[in-house]
Amino acid sequence: MSEPTAGRHLLSIADLGPDGIAEVLRVAESFAEVERRAIPKVPTLRGRVVATLFFEESTRTRISFETAAKRLSADVVSLALASSSVKKGESLRDTVETVEAMGIDAVIVRHGAAGAPQRVAGWVERAHVINAGDGWHEHPTQALLDCFTVRQVLAERAGVSPLSLGTECFAGLRVLIVGDIAHSRVARSQVLAYHALGARVALCAPGSLLPPSLEGWPVTVAGDLDDALGDADVVSLLRLQAERGSGAFVPSLREYTARYGLTARRAAHLSKDAVVTHPGPMVRGVEIASEVADLPAAVVTRQVANGVAVRMAVLFLLLGAPGAEVPR
Amino acid sequence: MTATPTLLVRGGDVLDGDGRRRADVLVVDGVVAAVAEGIDAPPGSVVLDAGACVVAPGLVDLHAHLRQPGREEAETVETGTRAGALGGYTAVVAMPNTEPAIDNAGTAREVLALGRGALAEVAVAGAITVGRAGERLAPMGELSDLGVVLFTDDGSGVQDGALMRRALDYARSLGVTLAQHCEDEALAAGGSMHEGAWSSRLGIPGIPAAAEEAMVARDVALCRLTGAPVHFLHLSSAGSVALVRAAKAQGLAVTAEVAPHHLFLTDAETAGYDPVFKVNPPLRTPSDVEALWGGLGDGTIDAVATDHAPHAPETKDRPFAEAPPGMLGLETALAVVLTALRDGRAEAEEVDRGLARALAWCSWRPAAIARLAAHGGPVRAGRPANLCVVDPAATWTVEPARLASRSTNTPYAGRTLTGRVRHTVSAGEPVVIDAEAQR
Repeated sequence: MSEPTAGRHLLSIADLGPDGIAEVLRVAESFAEVERRAIPKVPTLRGRVVATLFFEESTRTRISFETAAKRLSADVVSLALASSSVKKGESLRDTVETVEAMGIDAVIVRHGAAGAPQRVAGWVERAHVINAGDGWHEHPTQALLDCFTVRQVLAERAGVSPLSLGTECFAGLRVLIVGDIAHSRVARSQVLAYHALGARVALCAPGSLLPPSLEGWPVTVAGDLDDALGDADVVSLLRLQAERGSGAFVPSLREYTARYGLTARRAAHLSKDAVVTHPGPMVRGVEIASEVADLPAAVVTRQVANGVAVRMAVLFLLLGAPGAEVPR
Repeated sequence: MTATPTLLVRGGDVLDGDGRRRADVLVVDGVVAAVAEGIDAPPGSVVLDAGACVVAPGLVDLHAHLRQPGREEAETVETGTRAGALGGYTAVVAMPNTEPAIDNAGTAREVLALGRGALAEVAVAGAITVGRAGERLAPMGELSDLGVVLFTDDGSGVQDGALMRRALDYARSLGVTLAQHCEDEALAAGGSMHEGAWSSRLGIPGIPAAAEEAMVARDVALCRLTGAPVHFLHLSSAGSVALVRAAKAQGLAVTAEVAPHHLFLTDAETAGYDPVFKVNPPLRTPSDVEALWGGLGDGTIDAVATDHAPHAPETKDRPFAEAPPGMLGLETALAVVLTALRDGRAEAEEVDRGLARALAWCSWRPAAIARLAAHGGPVRAGRPANLCVVDPAATWTVEPARLASRSTNTPYAGRTLTGRVRHTVSAGEPVVIDAEAQR
């Protein structure tokens, strides 16, 4: 949902377009194969330095990016905010310029303010910038790993390789995104990614958790979750971000769960081939019942595992030598 | 006051509330001595060429943040009035959200004293509440004794309706006007741009137009209740215009202003996350822009006021949500209004009519609201010589580094505007000659 940045940065899914997404998925498939090796490491980015700048709490995304970089043999530095000069009042711009002056090749930014990675991209001279989540705006690699995981599941069921499916398997796929869409960067990236690949996207949320305007969004809004579930091939559940005050947007967690949670009763409405994704961390008993989270349809753990391969692909495509072959 | 030279403003058309006519203007000892065709330059006089220009009463800004005291790194009374003079302003009302706030006679005296050597007359607005905290009334009486006629907590609105009602009752007895920054903070919910299609897409927390409209509606009701006048600052939404229009139709004592940027820019500018476009109230939609022009056109909105809000570069060099709201306005205001009026209008007659209206919005109407009797014309013998000479056809490109303000946060960087102030005469002193500040 921003201007394309000529492939130097990954700030938004819009930077990739359908072909770019397809390329990430294709390359990620090769890296998923690397991960299955005894020594899951390739020398592709040896000598390159990648920095994670996380201005918001995160465990899984930061570790996932750092693991991905290390498997590509890049050196990884992690800005620990508690001990950094940010606490001493240094501005984001000065922090970024300082980090770049140390010869960093890529900065992976998570920030509470929407557009912060765009600002960073405007300040760096030569480093690549990867958005690891900015405010309510976007979390592109999460949407990419969701697409990757969905294709993987579809391929398994069809008994073919994911690569053979290309991105045609997304054409007409019915994706239902449920939950706190207003405050979700994951939702914005998912809408762009699934739509770019030809899927039909529907949203289901109480009015207080929908964005104020859906003008220009290629989506429909489903009123009743029970009805919508039966029509969905992919159900993407989002976390109710109670720590950001989203709890105040519904009368109670109990009422939210009753109307928008994927309870065991409601899961019976799922079509038998449905895939249930969740960006994590899950709050069992709120947006997803514990027994539903453990159903084969729920692919949450697999999403986490795929996150590394997808982020390897992103790092490789941005940082690798032009025309470099995916290592075998 | 140092002695001012004898001036002859020669070769232009005088344009003021009395209309437009070919005339030279002779200024002696800070006062207009003659307005007539073909005046000969007295020996030793300074001649200002007004060929192809209009000679108008100096502009009056109801709404400038001069940042002194407290934020001198962003602007001072001196640099702010220099920016104003270059924009044609001979009087500016300094907003009271300084540090400390202008909520007492001492701080008001300090700003007025700084204004005495400045390039334009400086009036101050006083705060409605102590520290602009919205809790108890500021000493409006002692401020009004210093000549303060406008009071506002601008930067925020008075949230408590009962307190605003008391302030209006009190203001009525003092004969002063309260000016409201209309924003219901609960509805604004810490947003940093207009809530709508763009905010939803960009993931930036939005401020709904209803946050402004709710307070406009409340204060229209309080104006009716108390009989005290209310001036609405920087209206930005179509709904606000409709509310003020209805209030005026009922004969209520309300006036309103609009900022140039709300007449020229929309929330689409925010797409690149550049905080130079962050302002409060926020840039809104094309239909709001259209409604604001409609409000100016039918007199619902009385004046254009800059809301000149300088911020030091390091404070704007941040992520959007973390940067302070506000943009420069004094040097570009008239040009922005003239450029917008000119857009799509080829006929000279319409352009001329637009010029007369723009000057009304920027000069004599705000002068009446701020009760600045020495400003706003008409340009007649015996009147104080506060004049601006405008070349309505001159084009220029806005270069942030060349602006006189201490800050560079103009949203018009790189834009070419039509209409430029050639000379400004402040109390008889030619403070700007050929678009150059003289001190």
